[in-house]
Amino acid sequence: MSKKDEKEKAIALTGDSEASSPPDGAKKEENGSGGSILLFFIVGFIASLIVGWIVFPKLLYSQKKQPIDFNHALHVETVDEGCQSCHFFRDDGSFSGVPKLTQCTGCHEEAQGEDPEETKLVEEYVAKGREVPWLVYSRQPNCVFFSHAAHVKMAKMECVTCHGPIGESSHARIYEENRITGISRDIWGKNIAGLKRNSWDRMKMDECAECHASEAIKTEVSIETPMLGFFNNIIRLAFPGTEKPGRKNSVQTQHEACFVCHK
Amino acid sequence: MKMDRRSFLSFVIGGAAGTALSPLPWKVTDDLAIWSQNWSWTPVPEDGEVGYVNTTCSLCPGGCGITVRKVGDRAVKIEGMKGHPVNDGGICILGLAGLQFLYGPSRIASPMRRTGERGENKWQKISWEEAISEVSKKLADLRSKNQSHALACISGYDGGTVPRLFERFLTVYGSANFVRTPAVRDSYELGLYLMQGTQANAGFDVENADYILSFGCGIIEGWGSPVRMFKANSHWKETGVKVTQVEPRLSNTAAKSDQWIPIKPGTEVVLALGLARVIVDESLYRREFIASHTAGFDRFVQNVLKDYPPEQVEKVTGIDKAVVVSLAKTFAAAKKPLAICGRGRGAGSESAGEIMAVYALNALVGNINQKGGVWAIPDPNYIRWPELEMDAQAAAGMQKPRVDGAGSKKYPHIRNLLHRLPEMINSTDASPVQALFVLEANPYYSVSDSAFVRKAWKKIPFIVSFSSFMDETAANADLILPNHVYLERHEDIPGAEGFIKPIIGLAKPVVNPQFDTLHAGDTIIRLAKMMGDPIAKAFPWEDYEACLEETFGDKWEALGEKGYWIDAGFEPSPWNKAFETASKKFEFASDDIGASFQNAVVKAEGEESAYPLLLIPYDSPRISAGRIGNPPFVIKTVADTVIKGKNGFIEVNPKTAIALGLSEGKSAVISTPRGSAKVRIHLFEGIMPGVVAMPTGLGHTAYDSFLAGKGVNINELIGPVEDGSSGLNAAWGIRAKLGKA
Repeated sequence: MSKKDEKEKAIALTGDSEASSPPDGAKKEENGSGGSILLFFIVGFIASLIVGWIVFPKLLYSQKKQPIDFNHALHVETVDEGCQSCHFFRDDGSFSGVPKLTQCTGCHEEAQGEDPEETKLVEEYVAKGREVPWLVYSRQPNCVFFSHAAHVKMAKMECVTCHGPIGESSHARIYEENRITGISRDIWGKNIAGLKRNSWDRMKMDECAECHASEAIKTEVSIETPMLGFFNNIIRLAFPGTEKPGRKNSVQTQHEACFVCHK
Repeated sequence: MKMDRRSFLSFVIGGAAGTALSPLPWKVTDDLAIWSQNWSWTPVPEDGEVGYVNTTCSLCPGGCGITVRKVGDRAVKIEGMKGHPVNDGGICILGLAGLQFLYGPSRIASPMRRTGERGENKWQKISWEEAISEVSKKLADLRSKNQSHALACISGYDGGTVPRLFERFLTVYGSANFVRTPAVRDSYELGLYLMQGTQANAGFDVENADYILSFGCGIIEGWGSPVRMFKANSHWKETGVKVTQVEPRLSNTAAKSDQWIPIKPGTEVVLALGLARVIVDESLYRREFIASHTAGFDRFVQNVLKDYPPEQVEKVTGIDKAVVVSLAKTFAAAKKPLAICGRGRGAGSESAGEIMAVYALNALVGNINQKGGVWAIPDPNYIRWPELEMDAQAAAGMQKPRVDGAGSKKYPHIRNLLHRLPEMINSTDASPVQALFVLEANPYYSVSDSAFVRKAWKKIPFIVSFSSFMDETAANADLILPNHVYLERHEDIPGAEGFIKPIIGLAKPVVNPQFDTLHAGDTIIRLAKMMGDPIAKAFPWEDYEACLEETFGDKWEALGEKGYWIDAGFEPSPWNKAFETASKKFEFASDDIGASFQNAVVKAEGEESAYPLLLIPYDSPRISAGRIGNPPFVIKTVADTVIKGKNGFIEVNPKTAIALGLSEGKSAVISTPRGSAKVRIHLFEGIMPGVVAMPTGLGHTAYDSFLAGKGVNINELIGPVEDGSSGLNAAWGIRAKLGKA
């Protein structure tokens, strides 16, 4: 780039073309072109902001309907043990997650009411012995290891903390699937900037870290953020023996490797 | 306003700045990281409820109990069943890799009809209805021409309800040609029948023996029930039980034995009789048994043993006569010595002479039906179906002699002689087999003298395979009616090879059928029903499961719960009741037996002048050589001195190699009277000079890319050699020559 170009660019970028004093008539023309350059900059800037903030999120997600419009509120009313009536822990302590057809069949061997959605369940799935292909809003990518038992049984956390008041919904909302990853929009959160109001608005690693860090303060165990932990791990691998005592990634397990949470 | 270069750059820079301030780059980066976990080849563990299903493995005749771990609907691991009487928690390498038979690439997904030439692998998917009706029409047509006896069935097994249903179908249809693939049990059964007069399987009380003399048995290479034998071998090591392995090649078993005696191949029977001679000469035999419970002892000594003095044994077997004498003394001096035979894993029959020489050795030391000895195990006779109503056609068909000649005047005591089938088909213009069923067997690959088999195959007009996998037989069939694999089906698995108690294992479906396959038991029942009476009448059951349940009656529930039934209190008959021969004694000699000993030594095919070497096959537990091809995981465990890339190796003693000008890794051509093949040389001190060895189970042309085209199918090189008295295929090798490629 020539010196002249650089100067023009500097002018364009600062938008300060008036402040520089044009020595001769030729400068006038440059001034005009400087304005259009600024304009193009702004157009590009604004267009990309629109693309990034508005168009991109619309393109990124496809909208899918659940196979059956499930009414959580109705079910919670009917059952005795709240969420755990259907989303229960198995005998070996593992969490069952989304119910299998067997659980549905327990009550819906035959239709109990006249709701067309229930009729659909009975005719399309129960009668044919086909599993309902539920779209799972909270399904994490394959790399994530998460133990419900540790959080619900040991730490006594409420389902709502991470999953929100889904038990109160009377309709299944639209499932927005990320076209690149194939997982639900609920993981990143509705807000494309990753901002949230409620604890259940996002389910990314930051949310894990946030809670674990605050728990760590309570238990007076010093904790590294995942990013810091990552770099510290590399340093420890490169220079073994430099590890400071009492610094662990995980408050609960007192382990420090990535594979506590990452498969 | 005109857009010049500067404006454009400005636009781009503005765009870049705006993009950087939008979530796009960060979100896309994050998403790409997640996307990279979705690649189809990245294994993702199944999520779901963990459960276990107890069932029985039927990949070999070992009869092991297995426990399959499941996550959700997917089987994820096979383990040995703890507490099972045969294998108690142990499992072999093939059983462990069994899930690859369930989920592997060579499964047949639906019934198929051939569209191209045989073996061209061009198929059309058809419905089950269509497939069964096509078979039904062909068979009805054959029957209407009074040709019902031209239907044959080759089966990989003959115990249990499924093969019995096939046999029943053939009987009521009018054919006696149900042929089981050969196994060493053919020889055991013959030996037990001739010497003890019993129809029984041989059981070996290996756990209680205190000295083992093995004539080439691959004790830790798949012989008998493999896991039971591994465990027995460990038990011997712990308790100091000595093992002597007589074998021309340093197999794993030989390497782990206490004494390895290399012997000229095919002369094992001479050693066995030589040992008997020493035991008799030195009066080391057990008098109370010989005197009271045996017949023909003197005749045996005078007519047979006279020909086997130690000097003669040394001459024939190449074993020093001092070794022969000391081996005989060691054997006779042990409290509970046990002699066993059946080369390698016992996948082929042996000559009647060899089996009986080994039985005679056991009888001399009195360990027949004794602790630590050879037991006669009766068949658990539980299949009692209604009597068949045969029409005139069926009766006439059953009167016709079997194509393989088994049970005929020439081969009176033998039930199956599969090796004779190609010869019988090739020796006439019109094949005596017009329609062939193949059940759980792969004869196109496994019957020896492949070129001759292929020729016979071409002459059979209609071939139906019931295989679950695209094996060589299925690939060269006209119609495939795929069976569920063993982890998808109910089935009774009677017996465990060489085991000492009557046992019936139950195979249970671990997962739902993965493809549009049908239980072979159901296929044959549906076929029978479609063919109408009188055939349909012989199959009164609604489906196979109903048949199985009815067969077991009140035992069914207990069987389902435990996974097996065992006669735990079984004890072998005492000597005074054990023998059902004419003399009611153990017979060392009779006319049949005498003939067997006269034909004791089976010679290898070929002239020594043209073929100076001897080629012998060897079995490896890492290569499945039975009806089933090696799954991908197991083929990966084969050493690169056995196969490297696509090349198969032949084991050659360095002395032999030097004489031939060959060295390690060099390409060579092995030729026998039956065929030739390209191989590479592996120098091995553990093979006798003048003898070369190749593994069984390689050289597949079908299955998947993990197995096909690797190494040489040894059946291309070896032909059957009939035992002069029994008719069993007693080939243990063939003469060969090796030259530079």
